[in-house]
Amino acid sequence: MNTRTRTIRVDTLARVEGEGALDIKLIGERVADVKLKIYEPPRFFEAFLRGRHYSEVPDITARICGICPVAYQMSAVHAIERAFGIKIDPAVRLLRRLFYCGEWVESHALHVYMLHAPDFLGYQDVIGMAHDHRELVEKALRLKKIGNHIMTVLGGREIHPVSACVGGFYKTPTKAQLSELAEDLHWALEASIDTARWTAGFDFPDFEQDYEFVALRHPGEYALNEGRLVSNRGLDIDVAEYEDHFVEQHVKYSNALHSVIRGRGSYLVGPLARFNLNFDQLHPVAKQVALEIGLHPPVKNPFRSIAVRAIELVFACAEALRIITEYEPPPEPRVQAVPRSAVGQAITEAPRGVLYHRYALDEEGMVLTAKIVPPTSQNQKRIEDDLREYAAHLVAWPLEEATWKCEQAIRNYDPCISCATHFLKLRINREAR
Amino acid sequence: MSSKTKGERAVKPKIAVFKFASCDGCQLSLLDAEDELLPVIGAVEIAYFPEASRTMLKGPYDIGLVEGSITTHHDAERIQEVRRHCKTLITIGACATAGGIQALRNWKDVDEFIRVVYATPQFVSTLKLSTPVAEHVPVDFELRGCPINKRQLIELVSATLIGRKPNIPLYSTCIECKRKGNVCVAVARGLACLGPVTQAGCGAVCPSFDRGCYGCYGPMESANTNSLTTQLRALGQADSQIARAFRGFNAWSWQFRKASEECDHK
Repeated sequence: MNTRTRTIRVDTLARVEGEGALDIKLIGERVADVKLKIYEPPRFFEAFLRGRHYSEVPDITARICGICPVAYQMSAVHAIERAFGIKIDPAVRLLRRLFYCGEWVESHALHVYMLHAPDFLGYQDVIGMAHDHRELVEKALRLKKIGNHIMTVLGGREIHPVSACVGGFYKTPTKAQLSELAEDLHWALEASIDTARWTAGFDFPDFEQDYEFVALRHPGEYALNEGRLVSNRGLDIDVAEYEDHFVEQHVKYSNALHSVIRGRGSYLVGPLARFNLNFDQLHPVAKQVALEIGLHPPVKNPFRSIAVRAIELVFACAEALRIITEYEPPPEPRVQAVPRSAVGQAITEAPRGVLYHRYALDEEGMVLTAKIVPPTSQNQKRIEDDLREYAAHLVAWPLEEATWKCEQAIRNYDPCISCATHFLKLRINREAR
Repeated sequence: MSSKTKGERAVKPKIAVFKFASCDGCQLSLLDAEDELLPVIGAVEIAYFPEASRTMLKGPYDIGLVEGSITTHHDAERIQEVRRHCKTLITIGACATAGGIQALRNWKDVDEFIRVVYATPQFVSTLKLSTPVAEHVPVDFELRGCPINKRQLIELVSATLIGRKPNIPLYSTCIECKRKGNVCVAVARGLACLGPVTQAGCGAVCPSFDRGCYGCYGPMESANTNSLTTQLRALGQADSQIARAFRGFNAWSWQFRKASEECDHK
């Protein structure tokens, strides 16, 4: 009888945004315990937002995450607009969608090529990949740069852009400024299609799970900034009802709160959920490429999220092209906000999934309370559930390879631990008896 | 950024990137330098950069880039170790150079903050203050900004490797704004603008978008905050608004701290 006890310890899980640790305990053939520990120091945004003026909120919440600042600005402005009863100009709505497309391109290109692809190709990092596949990495960088450029045109800079505000933008671009993006975007669309075809050739582990997928759904478009919150198990709610259906739990080993659906448990947000729930609304090119590479809903293998992210790259480029063609500048860059004492909620689709904000404001527009639920804290429990199932497949594997595979399984979710509070220390505790 | 023509294996300078309490945006700036990234990784060895690589080499490192502020007992100890492993230690961004937005806790009761955010406060371990790295260890250069400017980062790393003084201007945002040909938003439109006391580097991005500067590059050398406070009052700003304006992403820098406390009458 095998009585060896082996422990693998990887001190830092890489290629994720943030600091944390993973403990997996295997007793014989059984996975005894999985803990995704996030020890990213807490930063207390919800506490120090109290007493700030509504106009400062989008600038402050952007600082939760340097990878997806637009998401934090969008959920913040929509929540406050809902509280004040503001209707935004259709052109502003279109620009916000373009702003979000820019962030999706930047964030997805970063994750697909620089954080996730090295797992499939067997590299430690993009640096090693660049050594053997320089043209691929050059393509990735150009793609990412185009996403960043959209944000810079609309917001002055790619990280913590400065133009979004309650009611619209501080300044809106001219039609000519957007038209200049067309050439790059045509290239980016082709590059994204190549990316999707390239990811389709990867070797995906045979692993499927029965997920509850949760995403925004809009009647007329692939949802980014508005819609109802829906799932494949019958959830269909107004965003204001979010807290009636979802609850955050504080667990001892993590500085990020775990989110669950009341009475049901873990769920999945992000590209896989959006693709599965809103496939019919993808841009025809994105849909066609998806089918061509064998992706059709429901995709239940989380390792395929890299291909789904690539499909969303195709979508974001095609959508950005549509918007810059349709755009006519709004008469005013923003609607003047008139504060009132009210509560407002919003959910938007951050690159990693739904991002919920709620603010209670007073008649002067000062924040009384704030609540923010980032996508990674919603996925955190689901990541643990995946690992619990997946680790069982790896019992016979050499520990070093098993560890890398577990890291890869975490990276399926593109976790942003800075958001959820951030590097993972990965330990597999293997006890044989 | 020259590399040796002979011997790719020639010893390259080792660079490490460390993260403390922050949003990841400043280290992302390195990956966002799309045009320079491949030449940079050709010229240096990225020895430790968890956000980008599974390879984590042991120190000593020639240059350590530190993002984030110190907010926990564990991090207060970790920064000491980081300093011991880095020949040159460079802090990047408002969190590492001024304590960041999370330094707003420094005026509040942190235990109450924990109760606001977390259901089980006893699980959370944190310090009462969020402080810049230089309050804990000697720092060789502080690169300002929330976020930093990626071109300044490349300039700083290149200068450090060559051993020359980096070309990072210490003058105010106003100089950059004038150079861009912007009409002054404070003078012409009466908007509250921190440009006169804020260090240049962002490219005067806020005034270029028709709004006042909110000070994300922190105080310039010899910032005259008293004069600006007087001017903001003349524009009709209440002291509570002025206090909040200084209490942003560089709130704990001593100049902005002093200026905000003088307007905080609570």
